[in-house]
Amino acid sequence: MQWEIVIGLEVHAQLSTQSKIFSGASIAYGAMPNTQACNIDLALPGVLPVLNRGAVERAIKFGLAVDAKINSPSIFARKNYFYPDLPKGYQISQYELPIVEGGSIRIQVGESEKTIRLTRAHLEEDAGKSLHEDFHGMSGIDLNRAGTPLLEIVSEPDLRGSAEAVAYAKTLHALVRWIGICDGNMQEGSFRCDANVSVRPLGIEKFGTRCEIKNLNSFRFLEKAIEFEAERQIDILEEGGTIRQETRLFDANKGETRTMRSKEDANDYRYFPDPDLLPVEIEPDLIAQLKAALPELPQARHERYMSDYDLSVYDASVLTGSREMADYFEATVKQFPAQAKLCANWIMGEISARLNKADIEITACPVAPEKLAALLARIHDGTISGKAAKTVFDSMWQGDLDQNVDAIIETKGLKQISDDSAIEELVDEVLAENAQQVADYRNGKEKAFNSLVGQVMKATKGKANPAQVNAMLKKKLESR
Amino acid sequence: MFNDSLKQLSKRLADRKISSVELTTEFLERIKQLNPQYNAFITVDEEKALAQACSADQKIATGDTHPLTGIPVAQKDIFCAKGWLTTCGSKILSNFVSPYDAGVIERFNAVGAVNIGKTNMDEFAMGSSNETSFYGPVRNPWDVAAVPGGSSGGSACAVAARMAPVATGTDTGGSIRQPAALCGISGIKPTYGTVSRYGMIAFASSLDQGGPMAKSAEDLALMLNVMTGFDARDSTSLQRETEDYTRDLEKPLSGLRIGLPKEYFAEGMSSDVEKAVMQALEEYRKLGAQTLEVSLPNSPLSIPVYYVLAPAEASSNLSRYDGVRYGYRSKSYQDLGDMYRKSRAEGFGAEVKRRILIGTYVLSHGYYDAYYIKAQKVRRLIAQDFKDVFTQCDVIMGPTAPTVAFDLGEKSSDPVQMYLSDIYTSAASLAGLPGMSIPIGFGEKERPVGLHIIGNYFAEARMLNAAHQYQRVTDWHRKMPDL
Repeated sequence: MQWEIVIGLEVHAQLSTQSKIFSGASIAYGAMPNTQACNIDLALPGVLPVLNRGAVERAIKFGLAVDAKINSPSIFARKNYFYPDLPKGYQISQYELPIVEGGSIRIQVGESEKTIRLTRAHLEEDAGKSLHEDFHGMSGIDLNRAGTPLLEIVSEPDLRGSAEAVAYAKTLHALVRWIGICDGNMQEGSFRCDANVSVRPLGIEKFGTRCEIKNLNSFRFLEKAIEFEAERQIDILEEGGTIRQETRLFDANKGETRTMRSKEDANDYRYFPDPDLLPVEIEPDLIAQLKAALPELPQARHERYMSDYDLSVYDASVLTGSREMADYFEATVKQFPAQAKLCANWIMGEISARLNKADIEITACPVAPEKLAALLARIHDGTISGKAAKTVFDSMWQGDLDQNVDAIIETKGLKQISDDSAIEELVDEVLAENAQQVADYRNGKEKAFNSLVGQVMKATKGKANPAQVNAMLKKKLESR
Repeated sequence: MFNDSLKQLSKRLADRKISSVELTTEFLERIKQLNPQYNAFITVDEEKALAQACSADQKIATGDTHPLTGIPVAQKDIFCAKGWLTTCGSKILSNFVSPYDAGVIERFNAVGAVNIGKTNMDEFAMGSSNETSFYGPVRNPWDVAAVPGGSSGGSACAVAARMAPVATGTDTGGSIRQPAALCGISGIKPTYGTVSRYGMIAFASSLDQGGPMAKSAEDLALMLNVMTGFDARDSTSLQRETEDYTRDLEKPLSGLRIGLPKEYFAEGMSSDVEKAVMQALEEYRKLGAQTLEVSLPNSPLSIPVYYVLAPAEASSNLSRYDGVRYGYRSKSYQDLGDMYRKSRAEGFGAEVKRRILIGTYVLSHGYYDAYYIKAQKVRRLIAQDFKDVFTQCDVIMGPTAPTVAFDLGEKSSDPVQMYLSDIYTSAASLAGLPGMSIPIGFGEKERPVGLHIIGNYFAEARMLNAAHQYQRVTDWHRKMPDL
């Protein structure tokens, strides 16, 4: 039987505010345990939450970016359960009337596009951390993270298979960074996914029983966990078994998921509106203001790159993978609008490779977009070959000669010989000295031609324009 | 001197007839003498109190005074005060020394008032007799066999026994008004949102409201001037212009329309209480007020609604007492679950557990709509009743409690009977309206009776005016028990 994998994702994006969602404590990562937990985060008797406006604004920005409904009023609710790193014995979250409802995100899988619907996005506070090592049989609690603002973004079960799930997660990841509401740092837990996975026979409409896999903090784990889980479910069903609805954990070392708790063990969270917080009324003015301040979104740029610059779906996707990358491309292509494809190739190729190797972000790229454009212009006008351009780029990366392209070309003597008569002279010399190859070529040995080109290039120390050499040789060989 | 009004005491302080240190010492001595029998205070800290009195004297010396400067104030042990044991009457907080001041405490500190001690209360303010306190029951100064009411029983007792000139209380369903009535003093619960809840340990957040307890309406007005005001740390705090609650005290009452809800004068009220209330109303008519019958048709539902909503919120508010970060933790336990269970089982008293159970139940999956949502709907109807009635009258009057103070142990085994103590007070709490109680005489066994006054939102000045004018022509509020 053919099976279809159905996935819905819940993503927790940590909002990039200065302070916590309900207190003034800092949310900076990596501080000494419990040094960023104030009276409110510790849930001392008598303390009260006060909503961080910055968190609300970031949630609204997200809602606007995915074309969702912004609920006003929106309600905070208490989710009640006991856990040592949950200081109040309840998490302040949203249940009915989340701040963002509906909306959608377009994803790219290979060359095809798909729209994934969002159910909702709601604000909530993060819990602290339990530390189980180094406490002589006891557990330690670090409440620095308690109260960190999160936006939980819930998708509809519109994803089919791990590739779509990963594409969706990556698109969402790029989007929250693009609009500046989340730093997207997955190692630090700023962006984590829970995946709801089920399978059903292809063509059947009814959803299968789902399992939720918790806390997937990399795209690779997300992919692996879904693949393992789908296979596990298919195996059970094919052997005539049934799936138990449960929450599962992904073991990254073993590459498998295992039961965390079954539905029967699930808490009754006893949600109810938090009486300490008033319903959040959002003035239309604020929405208008945030909307106006929103940058051009990745989807819009993607479309513009394809229509204005004639780039492929793939190129447009890569270039809009992050706002910084897109901005870099934009700044480069502005200097050199006629050669968008050349700009794109260089940014996606040479620049990306260099950045990766140096492990730096594009914002820290030592070669500014104008400099890159200047270099590309010299390739385009035939002053240097593509190969020589890489040498020039190396120098620019090092910061040689004030990154002056022409000065570098001059100093390194990389200028192509484009003068027809100069090339003709060399070609004639090579043909005269290599009678054997000329004969071979004329007898149908194509390989001989390449050897002749090589000889000419060698004679020019690689500075001849290869296309020109090719044409010239061909002309001479055929005319005799 | 112990019977002096706040005005008299602050004049004596300003005139240097007495220093705050002397005044504080007098009250501390009286506490030392009386508290062993009445148990009104959980914590008294002479050193801290005298240090505050000393700085108050310095403040007075520079002429920087306020009516409350140098005045000893008894603080209900529900208000967090920095460096003070703050127990909320519970074993689970019996070792909790607050590292911070509540908004209310800050306000008293700012004017140089003296914290004379932390008063006893029903555990987490859950109770109407002060019998649920981990620190033992408080006795009624008028009769040691009687309860002082609750939950602010310690504060009511402290003022009634003149162990403090004024005190703070909190009221969730009647916890200021009912003990004020039972102890023969005055007390007001202002409009919800006027007194900061920051640092006031939560019982039921949507109902809890701090307020003063004192001998007279005039003293209450001076206390409200200190206690009220916006606090950005409490999201339910209201941003309003500063009010002087004494401004209308001297206004004549002619034309005042007093609504008498027929539901409050129906069965349930004992005859001695009824007699005192009728006499008080007669006094009001003599003062030029007119009385008219009104109806609050949904008010009989206020107790059931209250006992769904308050426990629901409480069950969640009290989850933080888990023995993990502070407070009581069981001495021996097997694992995490066992630690929670034992710490909470040993740390909370029976009434608190009962309400946690009720609250957990009404919020549970499958019951939430039938109880919590339904109760919220009825709560709105109850508030609407008041809205309608306040188109016909300026204030509502009736008995504060159905009976005079009952005996210790009399109702402690019957929670429903105990809950009915708040039958007249809980509706105003549900509606968020201001309510107050003033002494109007004595009933059975010479125990005090209180008159309940409910006003419209922010009508405190009008209510205090009505109470003050009554107190100008009567002296019930000046009566003190013979101790």
